[in-house]
Amino acid sequence: MTRFVLTRLAQSAVVLLGVTLVVFLLLQLVPGDPVRVALGTRFDQETYDALRERAGLNRPLPIQYLDYVGSALVGDLGVSFRSGEPVTQIVIERLPATAALALFAVVFALLVAFPLGLISAVKNGSPVDHATRVFSQFGVSVPDFWMGIMGIIVFAGMLGWLPPSGYTSFGEDPWEWFLHLLMPSVTVGLVTAAILTRFIRSSVLEAMSQDYVRTAEGKGLMPRRVVTRHVLRNALIPVVTVAAVQLASLLGGVIVIEVLFAWPGLGRLTYDAVQARDYPVLQGAVLLVAALFLLVNLLVDVLYAKLDPRISVT
Amino acid sequence: MSEPVLSIENLSVSFSSRRGVARVVDGVDWEVHPGQTLAVVGESGSGKSMTVLAATGLSPRGAKVGGTVRLRGEDLGAMSEVERRRARGRHVGFVYQDPMTSLNPVMPVGRQVTEASEEHLGLRGDDARSRAVELLDMVGIPSPEQRVDNYPHQFSGGMRQRVVIAMALANDPELLIADEATTALDVTTQAQILELVESLQERLGTAVVWITHDLGVVAGIADQVAVMYGGRILEHGTVDHIFGSPGHPYTQALLAARPQPGVRADRLATIPGAPPVPHQLPPGCAFYPRCPVRGDERCRTEEPPLTEIAPGHRVRTFYRAPHSGIERPAS
Ligand SMILES: Nc1ncnc2c1ncn2[C@@H]1O[C@H](COP(=O)(O)OP(=O)(O)OP(=O)(O)O)[C@@H](O)[C@H]1O
Ligand SMILES: [Mg+2]
Repeated sequence: MTRFVLTRLAQSAVVLLGVTLVVFLLLQLVPGDPVRVALGTRFDQETYDALRERAGLNRPLPIQYLDYVGSALVGDLGVSFRSGEPVTQIVIERLPATAALALFAVVFALLVAFPLGLISAVKNGSPVDHATRVFSQFGVSVPDFWMGIMGIIVFAGMLGWLPPSGYTSFGEDPWEWFLHLLMPSVTVGLVTAAILTRFIRSSVLEAMSQDYVRTAEGKGLMPRRVVTRHVLRNALIPVVTVAAVQLASLLGGVIVIEVLFAWPGLGRLTYDAVQARDYPVLQGAVLLVAALFLLVNLLVDVLYAKLDPRISVT
Repeated sequence: MSEPVLSIENLSVSFSSRRGVARVVDGVDWEVHPGQTLAVVGESGSGKSMTVLAATGLSPRGAKVGGTVRLRGEDLGAMSEVERRRARGRHVGFVYQDPMTSLNPVMPVGRQVTEASEEHLGLRGDDARSRAVELLDMVGIPSPEQRVDNYPHQFSGGMRQRVVIAMALANDPELLIADEATTALDVTTQAQILELVESLQERLGTAVVWITHDLGVVAGIADQVAVMYGGRILEHGTVDHIFGSPGHPYTQALLAARPQPGVRADRLATIPGAPPVPHQLPPGCAFYPRCPVRGDERCRTEEPPLTEIAPGHRVRTFYRAPHSGIERPAS
């Protein structure tokens, strides 16, 4: 298992290197000169040249790239064109907000989707099943920003229970942090819950139609045991992947929701960096998101091997 | 005579679909007594598996099942769901047809083998484990102490089949239903398994329903034989009846198609044509389209009844063919 993890970490490093290259090249292709944008109306040729010099932008591309990777290896992702702050610090600062949002959303989604999907499959065709299918259809087709706006109108505007937007850090005031987190994470979580409910339902149905479930019924096991021992474990193996993909994509930042709720996460940061053509920040954010994605994938593979004896990781 | 362990009366199974209603089992009846073996034979799709699955309440979703089934004299249809479940788990051992899919891929085989004993006999922990080892040993799995913790994917097809057999024998069942139980096994192992089942029958008086394509096995182990075709019984009698004086042209054709020592496989008679599709059964005798006898118009339009031609020997035909109804190709 240790060897498996180490191998995978090495592979992830290679993938990350590839990500840096792709991002680096892509940014060369997009139109617009970041230094010019950064200077705005204060433009004069001398400052411009000095800035380009300082950012190393007048060197040959391969050198620029190698320099970037070399610094990245020691944790230096450059400085923001706009604020001049180190990029590493900027992206790390944004991580807790996004991580909290993503984790809360996925936990909420699982808490909703697991029982709903299971009951709906076991009681296939019952009123509960129909209601569940309406819910998941709703969640999948209604845009998250609309749900977010509705949430703000109802819970912040009409009822006044929750703050409409903004963020308080956990260290500052845990209760305020929680109150601010609730609405954006539930909004994102509802969409995820809808996706997961559907998936869990069909995965459980699929498992229930397998021959080994008939074998279990033939043994005269209590129906509950047939489900817990034979259906669930088999049905959950694929669910792990889907839930993890959801988590990974949320960790990348939910741009619309973060913008809507003024949530200072990675999605918001990416959005702002694109607007300002702040390339170092954009690169840093993409790199961090890619790293998180790879990390989640690694965790899933380990979990998978634990759940499914057919997969050996030695 | 003793009371039958399992008796089924007028059992029918049908599926409705857009293409119409498919009666895959139609008016089947037979019984098995303690210590006896009933062989059910017939081509693929003739309804052999569906008959026993429906009889034990394991038919697939969407199946409509009719008829009366008695297990140890008790009407399963009159039982509560819980009673039926208990009766099945405690007294019936089932060797499922497909050992590759009948085992749970994420549970060690040992646990699967003794799961029914845990549920119905209260077997726990070390006792369950040593019972699993004993059962795996009994069906000829080498080094069972290690294998007991393995998962199904670590076994070959033949070994999985033995695991499924061990699982069926776990509770010393009064009724053993074996659906193509030895098809995936080599001849030696097959003989071992057959011996094992016979000793079980002697020791415990287990009644056996043995489903197979292999008429050679039937002659060796069965007391009675039911020949199925298109969801119906075409002939039913003792081994002597079926092999000595087969009454139905289909039975005769099956016997003629049986591999025999000294006859090369390519010289064997085959039955021309294919079995009927369940939702398009011919109006008369189900076998009519392929029948070498084809008595008259009645065979085509009217379904023959299952009639007793000798005590305990029933045949569903208007015309009993002369005994060598099917010619072997000249050699
Ligand atoms: N779930 C189902 N829905 C509709 N038809 C089915 C279903 N399961 C089985 N059948 C049909 O029922 C008929 C009888 O099937 P069954 O499995 O009993 O045949 P069998 O005699 O056991 O054949 P084999 O020797 O191949 O195992 C077949 O025509 C099959 O297509
Ligand atoms: Mg079958």
